[in-house]
Amino acid sequence: MRAALEEARPRVVLIEGPPEADALIPLAADEEMRPPVALLAHAVDEPGRSAFWPLAEFSPEWVAIRWAQDHEVPARFIDLPATHTLAWGRQEGEAGVAGERPLDTDAAGDSAPAPDSAGPDSAAGPDSAPASADVRIDPLGVLAEAAGYDDPERWWEDVVEHRGAGKGDALAPFTVLEEAMGALRETYGSGGHDRDLVREAYMRLQVRAAQREFEDGVAVVCGAWHVPALRQKATVAADKALLKGLAKVKTDMTWVPWTHRRLSRFSGYGAGIESPGWYGHLFTAPDRPVERWMTKVAGLLRAEDRIVSSAHVIEAVRLAETLAAMRGRPLPGLSETTDAVRAVMCEGSDVPLALVQDRLVVGDVLGEVPSAAPAVPLQRDLARLQRRLRLKPEALERELELDLRKENDAARSRLLHRLRLLGVAWGEPAASRGSTGTFRETWRLRWEPELSVRVAEAGVWGTTVLSAATAKAEADAVAAQGLADVTALAERCLLAELSDALPVVMRILADRAALDADVGHLARALPALVRALRYGDVRGTDTGALAEVAAGLAERVFVGLPPACAALDADAAQEMRGHVDAVHGAVGLLQDAPAAGQDHLRVRWRSVLRVLGARDTVPGVIRGRAVRLLLDDGELAQEDAARLMGLVLSPGTPPADAAAWIEGFVGGGPGGGMLLVHDERLLGLVDAWLTGVPAEAFTDVLPLLRRTFSAYEPGVRRTLGELVRRGPGAAGGATGTGPGIPGFAAGLDQARADAVLPVVRLLLGLDEVEEDIGDTDLVGVTG
Amino acid sequence: MTVSVEPTSAEAEETEPAQALRPHAEDAFAHELAALAAQDDRPRPARWKLSPWAVATYLLGGTLPDGTVITPKYVGPRRIVEVAVTTLATDRALLLLGVPGTAKTWVSEHLAAAVSGDSTLLVQGTAGTPEEAIRYGWNYAQLLAHGPSRDALVPSPVMRAMAEGMTARVEELTRIPADVQDTLITVLSEKTLPIPELGQEVQAVRGFNLIATANDRDRGVNELSSALRRRFNTVVLPLPESPEAEVDIVSRRVDQIGRSLDLPAAPDGLDEIRRVVTVFRELRDGVTADGRTKLKSPSGTLSTAEAISVVTNGLALAAHFGDGVLRPGDVAAGILGAVVRDPAADRVIWQEYLETVVRERDGWKDFYRACREVSV
Repeated sequence: MRAALEEARPRVVLIEGPPEADALIPLAADEEMRPPVALLAHAVDEPGRSAFWPLAEFSPEWVAIRWAQDHEVPARFIDLPATHTLAWGRQEGEAGVAGERPLDTDAAGDSAPAPDSAGPDSAAGPDSAPASADVRIDPLGVLAEAAGYDDPERWWEDVVEHRGAGKGDALAPFTVLEEAMGALRETYGSGGHDRDLVREAYMRLQVRAAQREFEDGVAVVCGAWHVPALRQKATVAADKALLKGLAKVKTDMTWVPWTHRRLSRFSGYGAGIESPGWYGHLFTAPDRPVERWMTKVAGLLRAEDRIVSSAHVIEAVRLAETLAAMRGRPLPGLSETTDAVRAVMCEGSDVPLALVQDRLVVGDVLGEVPSAAPAVPLQRDLARLQRRLRLKPEALERELELDLRKENDAARSRLLHRLRLLGVAWGEPAASRGSTGTFRETWRLRWEPELSVRVAEAGVWGTTVLSAATAKAEADAVAAQGLADVTALAERCLLAELSDALPVVMRILADRAALDADVGHLARALPALVRALRYGDVRGTDTGALAEVAAGLAERVFVGLPPACAALDADAAQEMRGHVDAVHGAVGLLQDAPAAGQDHLRVRWRSVLRVLGARDTVPGVIRGRAVRLLLDDGELAQEDAARLMGLVLSPGTPPADAAAWIEGFVGGGPGGGMLLVHDERLLGLVDAWLTGVPAEAFTDVLPLLRRTFSAYEPGVRRTLGELVRRGPGAAGGATGTGPGIPGFAAGLDQARADAVLPVVRLLLGLDEVEEDIGDTDLVGVTG
Repeated sequence: MTVSVEPTSAEAEETEPAQALRPHAEDAFAHELAALAAQDDRPRPARWKLSPWAVATYLLGGTLPDGTVITPKYVGPRRIVEVAVTTLATDRALLLLGVPGTAKTWVSEHLAAAVSGDSTLLVQGTAGTPEEAIRYGWNYAQLLAHGPSRDALVPSPVMRAMAEGMTARVEELTRIPADVQDTLITVLSEKTLPIPELGQEVQAVRGFNLIATANDRDRGVNELSSALRRRFNTVVLPLPESPEAEVDIVSRRVDQIGRSLDLPAAPDGLDEIRRVVTVFRELRDGVTADGRTKLKSPSGTLSTAEAISVVTNGLALAAHFGDGVLRPGDVAAGILGAVVRDPAADRVIWQEYLETVVRERDGWKDFYRACREVSV
């Protein structure tokens, strides 16, 4: 490209691109400007309507701009103004990004101007990849097919890129290409690219204007597809007629930083290059591109702790070259080098190769834009929202109470949550002081100056706060490491009401859950997910997908839990018991959620608990816990619980195991000890067992029991002590309220209740205070 | 898609009746090789019978200018064959990796046959493969009678290949004990095999190369040392790409085996075969066929070969104990056996698969029930 420009020495360079950006061209020379960057056009009053023209270092347009600047030749954009292209988008009702991607940085990279003393000058370069392949034909694809290639990029590489620079006429390839394109256009007409006709008409007018101004020496850089049309002799009037009555939108343009990864993204506003890193390398490598590439790959693999020696590099280069010869190609292309890297450096495995693909072939390069560039639309959108929601950015810290039932407050909360997702920490959630209802949120707001920089950085993600946060959340989900990270993200998405991002996050969550073999991880993720479900309820978000994922997650936990509980040591058992509790709570909450099949879940969970409670290989603490949970749910009758307890506490069971069982059964959770206080029989069993523990085993079980009972509230502990001191014979130590409950006396024994009162007073420190509380209220509580 | 085109009836016709049960590749396809050689005008590396292009055509199949049809020996990505052939054309050795049943041996045999016209220079790797199998042994009668000399030396296939500039093959390289494997290092890097007893050496002649195959599920058995690994270019042979192709392979093979075992043909077996292949593919790939749900993969290989044996087994069950029609119950037990190799981890994976995927799938109710029955 550069070579062609050098040879042509045009006096003006015309580039396929929106003319509104002419004013921005000088910025390209700025020292802080580092490609890949993109020209961004957006409708002033509607930042969500925007179009991007991404430029990489190796893009012909970029090269042309820089060349023009270096040689102090004026450069101009000549494509149809963005005013119109954006308006087209509106007419079609396309939301967000306009479908048109007028400027092309397609793989091919090089397009070049051809000086032509007689007529308008031409240039070549593959046309922009078709926005929708089924409607528009892909000119390069057709050519490649005609030449017998299956892949257009490969054809382009062979025919154009690998011609070997410097020999003879740098412009020759372009002429050939132009002829080919001309032939194609004769066959296919406009090939479904209706708008191209309009764009070309505009370009012709511009070229003519430039010719009038500079006479000869006009160079045009554009997609090869347009070349024949630009050469075509059309009358000015006809062109003007085509352009008449185009809709307009007030637009604004700026430079935004871009990434190679986004260049490679076909969807949305990518330029449709699959391997920007590779082309960037070809463009920057001074010589021996393959050798340099292999060295880069080796460096990357070494950094990832793979053993790659220089010998590997040598062999990879040799293989790539032989492969190229075998495939009849002038130089090794990306496919040859990739095959060679796979066979030599990656030992045939695709895993390290994926790394190479991701880091090098696509690349991590992030562009930079000088601070002088006009504001990004995200900033405007934020300013607009701030005005609308009456949330002024202030450097002073202040607290903000939000009532989510109010429309305005809910919108504020959403904005703050979205900004947090984008890394703009304007507000920090704080603990609510007053009410703890789920409809309340407290934020601590503080606008630091560097937050503006953050906002500018976040401009990469989108043009509005909503779209940017959505894109960021999706990217975060893809990059998230653990299952818990993804669930946390799902929660945040719900809080920020990013319903578009949610499906992606959910899909990734489901994938991670499916692949995670550790029941612990799954069990830990479940409560957060269920919590998220409930938030969703409060805010009226559609959580159907979430409920589905939660149910699937629960199902996996059910299947995995019993085997995972076998053969655990004490610490692992403790941890697992925590998981059992968490899952139990989550399943309980899930039942409330309005999704199908929840009933089924509950039934399944109970059967899992039953399995856990009955299986001997499961550690005592989990077995005890399972029995307790079933008992609490009323799934297990007290007699059965007593029978199970009796089994465990019978002399055949090792004392340590029995103690663990007791811990699981009555320890931990709130009110754990209350059961013993209430149920005389269970207490009797424990008591009888404890007295029967042999002396030598007693020291073993003591720490466990101590841990179990020391966790109780002092009141419960004391009551238990009292009960035990009274001995198992003294029935009815606790105050029962009704007749017929096993282990309780038939009625309230007034004398005994009174006897308890001093203790209660002592415990609650009520001795000197009001006397009458204990009688009625507290008796029931402390028993 | 990978299909090992097994020697079938077509081949039997080509070879003479009194010949071996399974003729070597170079004999079975002698006329194809001859036709290729006759029309091959591209440059050939030293001592190659064909040019690299012709070798690739021999493996991938095609039609020659004179109309000779070359049958495809390997149906799969062209890239793989190209890399393999190119590797042999350089002086690097070739390592073919893949799970059992991906036609590694088949490809290596045909490569050797096409390149050197001889696929018999073979070392079969086992846990008991001695160093002599790779270097040389001694004819003890000679040794005792005349003392050490080249006449008393019994060369290994590798040594012969080096001396004659041929392609040697090592099967199941990772099964060979590590110390024996390492004898290959000198051979592959210095291209020489010293005979210290005689103070001599055998230097490899141009054209020598080595193709090794290894089962990548067996990596743990005798992992290659990195020094040896470095001497190989590795090509991984993949499992069949599309479900249709795999169903096709399975039903064809099952048919062949069934005939040889005199099993009565099952009329409606195709549905069950498709189901078995679907289950195998989904568990192997770790994702459901619709690409929407991810799954854990069990430790078994679940190769096409195993699918074939599950179906054959099911057919036998149906023929002898059932009503002659292949039903879900007939294959369920076989699938369970193939999937659950590790009783703890795989069982969880299988249960999860049953509960989250199979139960909900339309038309799989009977299969789900059959699996539940055998899984308990």
